[in-house]
Amino acid sequence: MSAGLRTEGLVKRYGALTVTDQVSLDIRPGELHAIIGPNGAGKTTLVNQLSGELRADAGRIYFGELEVTTSPVHARARGGLLRTYQITSVFDAFSVRENVVLAALGVREHAFRFWRPMLSRRRLVEQADAAMDLVGLLPRAEAPAADLAYGERRQLELAMALAAEPRVLLLDEPMAGMSAAESAAITRLLASLKGRYTILLIEHDMQAVFALADRISVLVYGQLMLTGTPEEIRNNPEVRSTYLGEEEF
Amino acid sequence: MPISRLLQPVPLVGGLVFLGLALVPVIAGLLGEPYYLSLVGRFLVYAIAASALNLILGYGGLVSLGHALFMGLGVYGVAIASHYGLDSGLLHLALGLAACALIGLLTGAVSLRTTGIGFIMITLAFSQMGYYLFVSLRAYGGDDGMPIVYTSRFGGLDLGNPASLYWVAFVLLVALTCWSARLRTSPFGMVLRGAARNAQRVEALGLPVFRYRLVGYVLSAMICGVAGLLLANLSAYASPSTLVWNVSGELIVMVVLGGMGTVFGPVLGAVLFLSLEELLKAYTDHWMAGLGLAITLMALLGHGGLVGLLSRLRPRPAAPVPVQMEGGQP
Repeated sequence: MSAGLRTEGLVKRYGALTVTDQVSLDIRPGELHAIIGPNGAGKTTLVNQLSGELRADAGRIYFGELEVTTSPVHARARGGLLRTYQITSVFDAFSVRENVVLAALGVREHAFRFWRPMLSRRRLVEQADAAMDLVGLLPRAEAPAADLAYGERRQLELAMALAAEPRVLLLDEPMAGMSAAESAAITRLLASLKGRYTILLIEHDMQAVFALADRISVLVYGQLMLTGTPEEIRNNPEVRSTYLGEEEF
Repeated sequence: MPISRLLQPVPLVGGLVFLGLALVPVIAGLLGEPYYLSLVGRFLVYAIAASALNLILGYGGLVSLGHALFMGLGVYGVAIASHYGLDSGLLHLALGLAACALIGLLTGAVSLRTTGIGFIMITLAFSQMGYYLFVSLRAYGGDDGMPIVYTSRFGGLDLGNPASLYWVAFVLLVALTCWSARLRTSPFGMVLRGAARNAQRVEALGLPVFRYRLVGYVLSAMICGVAGLLLANLSAYASPSTLVWNVSGELIVMVVLGGMGTVFGPVLGAVLFLSLEELLKAYTDHWMAGLGLAITLMALLGHGGLVGLLSRLRPRPAAPVPVQMEGGQP
């Protein structure tokens, strides 16, 4: 089910500033691939190009065997390339369940249905409930999304991506701003998802990154510094000095 | 539906307004004042148009300042057919619907590439183009407009008859309001409403927002065309002034006054707006000043218009929408 995601010489410029500089990334099917790097390294910009929200200035993106460099966002999502947002982006006016059912519906069928309630589509509701259960949000299914606590909103964001049965998941800082306990719960969840989906994880929580990742890429000033196993990254003197510091991981 | 939900202020007032509208023909008959039928009939027609606009403005979050164009097309569908001596209601309807669908598709395909101010300006521009087109069509009355001799006949039903028109408009408005309520939580409605808040997010869920908006826009245009057909029969006159941009603006005011994106809002807004207009007109030539004051007041009283105001009368219920999971329809 899971697919790989590959870029070749991806470039994105904002004026004179090159935010993505010849990035050639190879995420293998089924792996959990983390991208780390200091703030402003261009991690989110990279995700936005992968998801299709930003058009790259040069280079190519391959999703599985398919080139998707110019495919629109919705087409990539339909193909199974799903993302979460660093800044939580859920529909406040809808209930938690409505949010997730909409996500389950989005990739599976069209929404040109004008009479019966969306929540009467039982199969979609079951899929949504399974995703909510996975992230631990099922007890809050009826609550308006606006009433959720911060950590719960992040969980909802994740549930929406999971309900879409992704082949590749792009997770943009899923643990940002979460409490230690919430972070640990998400780490456990991601560990349980490993192998089922190809996951690209952007995260500042190094503990989580090193515990979860099969491979790690280091992005600095838009350039891919290196890619390697957690072991290789941890022992690389250049990475230690520029980014990780002297802390132990 | 549990009784307690029907006793909430909004459905209660909405229901009472519909009941009142249903009693108008009876009261007009008792008082021997058939004039009331065409007066309130006009309320119904505008309520239909406002409900149509609500689809794209309220649910879709797109401020169209050009919906008068579609009412105008509905009016001229009747007028032009009548000009050639054709009184078939089906033909009138087909002409209006086809014109609205076609023009809606073309103008929507262009204007929906923008949002916000851009969308307002482009829809305004298209409707003004329509206005000047009909002003320049001398064969169909040009600036002065033209009387409609052959009103729409559906078998034995002649919409030229004020009572027939009233009941047809009433039934259509009830049907439209029911549909609007269903649409709100249907997949299509959820996509439109979701995209109003965050179109990018809806795209990222795999749904091409543009297509959904375009379909919503065309549907909204076609329903406005039906309102136009009714208006043509009501006034037995077609005039380019139906297409002027003030009418589009008034429709927006009705929707906002009643409550954008709500089911009853456009109906309440249209009835309130037009009643105020009639009342104030009876007392002063400067009725617009009074109306302006009422609108300002409503804007100051907070979001959600009349419906928002009514729903704040009572503390919010704990469960907003009952979710039918078990035993519901598959």
